[in-house]
This record gives sequence, structure tokens and C-alpha cells, in this order.
Amino acid sequence: MVVYLAGKMVIGSSKKVVADPIEEVRRICALVVDDDPLVRRIHGMLLARYGLETEAAENGKEAIDLFLSGKTFDLVLMDMEMPVMDGLQATQRLRGMGVSSMIVGVTARGLEAEKEAFMATGLDACCVKPLNAEAVISVLDELAKKLL
Amino acid sequence: MEGHQAACMRKALFDQGYLDEQFLQLEDLQDEANPNFVEEVVKLYYTDSARFIRSIELTLDKNPFDFEKLDDIMHQFKGSSSSIGAKKVKRECTQFQEYCKIGNFEGCMRTFQEVKQEHAALKKKLESYLQLARQAR
Repeated sequence: MVVYLAGKMVIGSSKKVVADPIEEVRRICALVVDDDPLVRRIHGMLLARYGLETEAAENGKEAIDLFLSGKTFDLVLMDMEMPVMDGLQATQRLRGMGVSSMIVGVTARGLEAEKEAFMATGLDACCVKPLNAEAVISVLDELAKKLL
Repeated sequence: MEGHQAACMRKALFDQGYLDEQFLQLEDLQDEANPNFVEEVVKLYYTDSARFIRSIELTLDKNPFDFEKLDDIMHQFKGSSSSIGAKKVKRECTQFQEYCKIGNFEGCMRTFQEVKQEHAALKKKLESYLQLARQAR
């Protein structure tokens, strides 16, 4: 079950969460995938503010390599346009690999057709960047429903 | 004294349209655990944006003009500017992209000068403000 401990979003066992919360809970993990170091810093900070553990990748290929190395993430913020491998290809590959993490696309492009094409690759949602606190809370609310 | 000056300077940055609400988001993320977050992000932006400006300059020097490439670089620059709430810079980036779409080279050149001017003006104002804000802490 998903609970909030001291304002931080964590997953805990419904049986032992009351008796032994520290051992039975884990922090929600997120991966920020963006070629812009500024965006990685800001989005990482935004997620950390809500208690998520975050890692970062500079492009879609790095993201895939992280998953292939055995890492798991509850949430992926995936930029659309990146060198080496863009967000569309990376999302398609991750879904093809059976990754069921919540993947939220982020794009500065406003065109509906582009966002729809991005969604069609397997995203759970698509947001305009830069994200703000309101957008992050909305994403986390959806994540909480998914994890329950 | 510095606190009051910093507050006035900050208000002016918003009132004069240099910054938008995205900057407020950055300030909101600054806390005791990350006391220099805003300054850190602003520095990152100016490192990033220097690279974009240089790229655009090199691309504008080439013949024939690659409007698609110019649009692409400016799109990234605009995205970066959005991340810190650089409102006037963002506006000029958008105008540049409009000229790229219609293949207007003179328009691109003219607007690029505006982009650089707004970029430099904001840098100067942010440096002064952040220095005062640091002293006021």
C-alpha cells in the first residue's frame, strides 16, 4: 500500500506498516530522462521535494541501459527530444521490454499531434515542461492509484 | 538593508517582465538543505545558453541557411529559458522561431540580436539580485 510518512511517499506492507514502518517501507524511485542538465536538476529537485529518490539519464539509451542493468523505477519522466535516442523510441523500447513503470512524457512542444504521437508509444501521461508543483502532484496522485 | 534592496530588486524583475512564475517555482525549491539552489540553476542556465548562442552564431554564418537547424537550436534555448522563467528571452526566442518557419533570414538576424540583448540584460540583473540576496541571508 502507498502511504505518506513525514510527507514522503513510500510503499509499505499493509500488515506490518504500523508495527515496523521503517523496515517495511521503501521510497518511491524516479528516473528523470532529459538531455538538458538544467531540466534534470529542476525536475530531480521537484520530485525529491515530495520524497522520491531520483536518478537521471541524459538520453533514452542511458535510460534503457539503467533498466537493463537491473534497476527499477516507479516513475520515469521522459523528455521527448533527445540526442542518441529520443523519448518516443525509448518509451517504445521500454514497453517492449515489459517495463510497467509509470512513464510520463515531458515536452516543450505544444502541438497536439506531436503529443499524441508521443502518447501512442506507451506513455501514461504527457506534460508540458518545465513541470511545476501542481503537475508533479497530479502525476504523483496517478502514481499512487497505480501502485495501490 | 540588503534584504530590503534585494526584495525591491526581485519585485522589479517580475514587474518589468524579466521573470515569470517559473522563477517562483525555483525559489520555492530552495530550502535549508539546498540554500543556493536558485543561484546554482541560474549558473547552469548561463552555461547552457552560452553554448546555444554560439551554436546559433555558427549556423547563421553558414550558407545556405539551415532554418530547420536554427529552429531546433532555438527551441532548445527557449526550453532552457522557460526553465528559469526568463520571460523576455523566451519571447524573443519565439519570435526567432517564427522567422525560421517563414525562412526570413533578416528577421532571424535582427531577432537574434534581441535574444542576446535580453539574455545579457537578465544576466546582469540576476547577478546583482542574487548577490544582494546572498548578503541578506
